[in-house]
Amino acid sequence: MDTINWHSCFFLLLAAIACGFAVAVVVVGDIVRMACCLVVSLAAVAGLFFLAGAEFLGAAQLMVYVGGTMVLLIFGVMLTARGPLVSMKIGGGQWVLALVIGVALFAVLLQAATSTSAWNGPKANDQAAVPAAAKQDDGAAAEQDAAGQLGLGLLGVREDRLHRQDKPVLLGGMSGYLLAFEIISVHLVVVLVGAAYLARARRRIRNPESRAPNPESP
Amino acid sequence: MAELLISISTPDWLAHTIAALVQCGLLLAIALCSAAVGIWLERKVSARIQDRLGPTRVGGRFGWLQPPADGLKLICKEDIIPTAADHILFRIAPYICFCATFCVFLALPFANGWVAVELNAGAFFLLAVAGLEIFGVILGGYASGSKWSLYGAMREAAQVVSYEIPLGLCVVVVVILTGTMNLVEIGNQQAGWFFNWHIFHDPFTFVVFWVYVTCAVASSNRAPFDLPEAESELVAGFLTEYSGFRWVFFFMGEYASMFVVSGLGALLFLGGWNGPIPIASLLGLTPDDGDVFGWIGNLLGMCNFIAKAFAGMTFMIWLRWTLPRLRIDQVITTCLKYCVPIVSAMLAGVMLWSFFLPGGLIAALTRPASFPRSAWERTDSKPDSFPRSAWERTDSTLRVDGMRDNGRVQEEAWRRSLPAVRSHAERGNEGDFQEESR
Repeated sequence: MDTINWHSCFFLLLAAIACGFAVAVVVVGDIVRMACCLVVSLAAVAGLFFLAGAEFLGAAQLMVYVGGTMVLLIFGVMLTARGPLVSMKIGGGQWVLALVIGVALFAVLLQAATSTSAWNGPKANDQAAVPAAAKQDDGAAAEQDAAGQLGLGLLGVREDRLHRQDKPVLLGGMSGYLLAFEIISVHLVVVLVGAAYLARARRRIRNPESRAPNPESP
Repeated sequence: MAELLISISTPDWLAHTIAALVQCGLLLAIALCSAAVGIWLERKVSARIQDRLGPTRVGGRFGWLQPPADGLKLICKEDIIPTAADHILFRIAPYICFCATFCVFLALPFANGWVAVELNAGAFFLLAVAGLEIFGVILGGYASGSKWSLYGAMREAAQVVSYEIPLGLCVVVVVILTGTMNLVEIGNQQAGWFFNWHIFHDPFTFVVFWVYVTCAVASSNRAPFDLPEAESELVAGFLTEYSGFRWVFFFMGEYASMFVVSGLGALLFLGGWNGPIPIASLLGLTPDDGDVFGWIGNLLGMCNFIAKAFAGMTFMIWLRWTLPRLRIDQVITTCLKYCVPIVSAMLAGVMLWSFFLPGGLIAALTRPASFPRSAWERTDSKPDSFPRSAWERTDSTLRVDGMRDNGRVQEEAWRRSLPAVRSHAERGNEGDFQEESR
């Protein structure tokens, strides 16, 4: 093989970073370093998304997960820095439990990944040349305006399914993600209002008898 | 470039590596130059504001070699790491800070098509990556093992996390206007005279621009929002324990991010690389007139863009040396009680404006069109290609989609989806695309 497959190179590099730092999250004891490793791991996953051409997803990963971990880090430090949790001590039982859950999840994901026919390399393409070409067409179109398609999908129009008019069953599934989008939006609004309610400054009812100035208040 | 190297019998892997490195080096040079010029500008402008001359001798005239001299001095300084510091995190924090800002330059277009990576979601990418800069700051503040540093980091966290909301909403306003998150396309849609710029699109965007300015200043930690490194109260905030080269990295990150937010503001609101007068197209220097002319036109555009970005930086410096620092509660109040409500109202205003008056005020007054039709007129350059009859029978979500302004993408999407919509509508399914439960 003459040329290097740069895609594979960078995939392996980013995947190795993601996995390595994911392991480091578990191994490292210090809570802040843990969060840092988590950030690097998540950023590497974002890099994988960029590599796959899913820019919007990658940027969302950076914004939501990496930014979110930062907030987690701040609260982790603020709430636990003086407690016994600065360096995590994990008992043997917890290790075993975590291992069992982790291995089980890994098995499920592995099975799902290997059973997806589209991911099984050239075999899927050989079966029918015409759908493969159509798929490439789709891919090119998706690359042109993936974010726009995503937005339309959230508004209820699955653009990628619109032109499969030959199958009425699929046309029925054109409905997109409007309902899910609305539910999540309402949910987030409720969360925001609730947070504002919980965090509001409560007015204290002063005891009228104690006229003496409170030493704590300036 | 890789092809050129391959043609002179360089091995393939080497050619690609060299090409990639050259491009990275070019971007790095731009980022560092913007930081260096920013530092020089800061010295000169602050000196003028304080009725001084600023650096005059280094490099002959105007003190133009002052930034390299500063850098040299700082590299020679002793590198101190406090005993109480978390050594690894203390070391990597400045690099995170600078790398995040540098990554933003990947997606920042300097002229029509002159961008390292043209991303579909460029505006979103820019916001996401620029937000990572504070990670370095917080990490540095925490790892220093000093209370001043930690205070600075906590202030930074509170400030930047809250200012990301109005900043994002400001960008959303422009995205709604243009119908795309591709920064190159956003820039191209403002081509022509200066009244095509988004800031002059309608009164709402004019207000949004000033909210954006406020949030941009706050998110790059400049005075009056420089609480994280408030010299007079926190020693130097998160920078307290840093010295020498690591300190330089933080500062280069700060100045580069000033350039980035100014450039983003120019792209979103001030026409990007399109000057107030379309000199390039008047002289026939568009890409349509041939490669060479297009290249010269792009060069002019890049000068425009850089001039705008530095004008923005000068404005920020001017603010810094004019206004006193806010208190932390005032900072948060400005954000949550003023910026967010204002920009939300403006968002609604822009939506209504582009729905009712898509062609602008004058067009709407001279040619009173029917309500949905007028919202339409702007999107379709070829009215015949749109299936009006099928269109009006489909449900409202589709109509919202047609509101988007970039006709090209829309039209293409429509042409692709046309048979499906038509057959669907003709089959008498009442155009109900929205039914989730089926």
